[in-house]
Amino acid sequence: MVETQERGEGLKVEGWLRFITLFELVFPTILLILGIYNGLLQVLYRAGIIKSMSFLGISYYQGLTLHGVINAIVFTTFFIVAFSNLVMYYYTRIQLSKGLTYIAFALMVVGTLLAAIPMLIGKANVLYTFYPPLKAHPMFYIGAALLVVGTWVAFLSYILVYLKWKKENPQKGVPLGVIGVMSTFIIWFVATVPLAYAVLFMLIPWSLGIVKEINIMVERTLFWFFGHPLVYFWLLPSYIMLYVVLPKIAGGKLFSEKFARLVFMLFIIFSIPVGVHHQYSDPSIGTSMKFLHGVLTFAVAIPSFLTAFNVAASLEYAGRKNGGNGIFGWWKKLPYTDPKKYLFAYMFAGLVLFLFGGITGIVNASYNLNSVVHNTAWVPGHFHTTVGGLVFLSFLGMSLYLVQKLLGKEVKFQRLNVLVPYMWLIGVILMSTGMSIPGIEGMPRRTNIGLTYLNPESEFFRPGWVFWSYLSVIGGTIMFISMFSYFVIFFSTLFSKKTSEADLYIPTAQSLDDAGTSFSSFKPWIAILIVLILVAYIPTFYDLSKATFGGAPPYSPELPVPMR
Amino acid sequence: MENEKIIQQQEKKALFISILLMAVFISMIVYGIKGVGVDLPTCISNVQPYETGKVVQVSDKEYEIYYVARMWFFDPQNVEIPVGSKVRIYLTSLDVTHGLHIWGTNVNLMAIPNAVNYYEVKFNKEGEYIVSCHEYCGIAHQNMIGKIIVKSSIENLGQNINNIQTAAQVGGEKTW
Repeated sequence: MVETQERGEGLKVEGWLRFITLFELVFPTILLILGIYNGLLQVLYRAGIIKSMSFLGISYYQGLTLHGVINAIVFTTFFIVAFSNLVMYYYTRIQLSKGLTYIAFALMVVGTLLAAIPMLIGKANVLYTFYPPLKAHPMFYIGAALLVVGTWVAFLSYILVYLKWKKENPQKGVPLGVIGVMSTFIIWFVATVPLAYAVLFMLIPWSLGIVKEINIMVERTLFWFFGHPLVYFWLLPSYIMLYVVLPKIAGGKLFSEKFARLVFMLFIIFSIPVGVHHQYSDPSIGTSMKFLHGVLTFAVAIPSFLTAFNVAASLEYAGRKNGGNGIFGWWKKLPYTDPKKYLFAYMFAGLVLFLFGGITGIVNASYNLNSVVHNTAWVPGHFHTTVGGLVFLSFLGMSLYLVQKLLGKEVKFQRLNVLVPYMWLIGVILMSTGMSIPGIEGMPRRTNIGLTYLNPESEFFRPGWVFWSYLSVIGGTIMFISMFSYFVIFFSTLFSKKTSEADLYIPTAQSLDDAGTSFSSFKPWIAILIVLILVAYIPTFYDLSKATFGGAPPYSPELPVPMR
Repeated sequence: MENEKIIQQQEKKALFISILLMAVFISMIVYGIKGVGVDLPTCISNVQPYETGKVVQVSDKEYEIYYVARMWFFDPQNVEIPVGSKVRIYLTSLDVTHGLHIWGTNVNLMAIPNAVNYYEVKFNKEGEYIVSCHEYCGIAHQNMIGKIIVKSSIENLGQNINNIQTAAQVGGEKTW
């Protein structure tokens, strides 16, 4: 275990790794400006304030594609790889392979640029879930594939570091940060293999015209095999921060490292065989498989419950150590608005949102109850409190922190910085409430409803939704102001003068228990995972083979006739 | 170590409570299926994909609606049925992926080309039910809206009566 280090005694990061990591942090943050702008436009369109098919050269569905792909795929993936590079190096002190790290970096950047071109010129208005038979330009799929392959190369470099560390330290328990990164990427790798199959052998040949038709149900099922573990790929790095960083900044220790390790192992087995819960409303899949995936989804909630308990107990320990007494007294002794401890503010605001996200997520997972909310505005209302809550805020905070550390700079506008996550928290709650409530009444997601349901001139106008859509506009505007402030802080910090030594220090909490070498091997968990995948997916594909009757040719989103 | 023991106990308690909570939720879902009778669409392999929509009157208060979802309308677009009718809904798509959500009911389905979705619903209340496409299907997705008009009695069905066929006409089989 790495001992606590004081400021300025951090780890020197070699020039090449510093360059790559900084690039991987700054590049997606620049793209994020476009993603956030299109997020604001979404609430304006949906309230009928922009009553049009497009605004300033970007159409509604193009903007929605940019918003989803940049925020949920590009920003997250780049951050996770940058963060994981540093976590692996920091806790093992073993250099990552320079060659592999460069290849991963190059593939990810080239892939993102390739996919960005068709999106920006409106040749890939298919949303981030791809949605065949709607067809994007082949470059969109090729770019996405390169981005994913880049992450595989990064994973390979982590595996090498991990194996070397295990060999050198056979008697020691694996550091929690390393367990977290390895779990994240094990889940990611297993989940992206079927996605890679769908992209390389179905979507790319089909978009190039080599293959005439593809089976849409098979593609959907392969996509959602990946689509749900994707959220754990986002979430687990946040959990690493909650376990490793948060208790330290709060002034305490981690309550139980042993259970933190168990949580990561449980995520390995349960986060993948649950994809059919995104297909509850689909044809051609039997209710028994839908129910099984539903039950497994409830199983994957358990490690999140354990995390909630462990983090709360750690915060209570910190609060009491800071002088808080009684049942509620310790709540008052946490550094909510300490500008020097801004990571606490980012993670705490994220945790508050995640409380809503967890509860609404359980509603979505609830099999028959899902029929009320499937594909309604309730769903974006939900995930803006998960991926748009804890995940996004902890990534923003940690991005700023790592840039600051790697360059030896002082954060600018520190008072404002500590308010950013709370502004975001208020904004998301208003925006999500404004989507969730009409969502229960049927308001669809991913729809330019300002032209119909929120248009007083349409016969389908719903006056009851006007209030809620304006509440979303207020929430979305607050979110936009929060992010505008973040960008100002991020870029003025980036371009400010160097004030101290540029070195890496990841705040690392000690734990109250001695975890020893428990839960230090991934092998048994990977074996259970493989069994669960077979049990959950063989009958699903058998159902598909019985109840689908052919494929579909490609369509452009603009025309109701096949492209060939 | 004393500390260690307390931590273990506390965490085990948290684990037990989480599992118990999940078990309660799952049993409520099972009650929803078995007790209330709300289930999800399942896998049907006996109905081949079809190209035109139609409304079939199976008996007095039993109907079948064969929906075709297309860019950017439903076929049939508007359907009238008498109140209290049991309706079997079939759904397929002729082009891209669509959705079909009948507001105020549990009918919430995906329309996939070359696959047939199926759900059963009973309309106990009169009124206009919006049938909304809730899956992105191209630039005019927001305009893809249909209606089911539930009327007090069958005599009032002034609609596209030509589209209504009786079970005898199509030789429909009963599979309730």
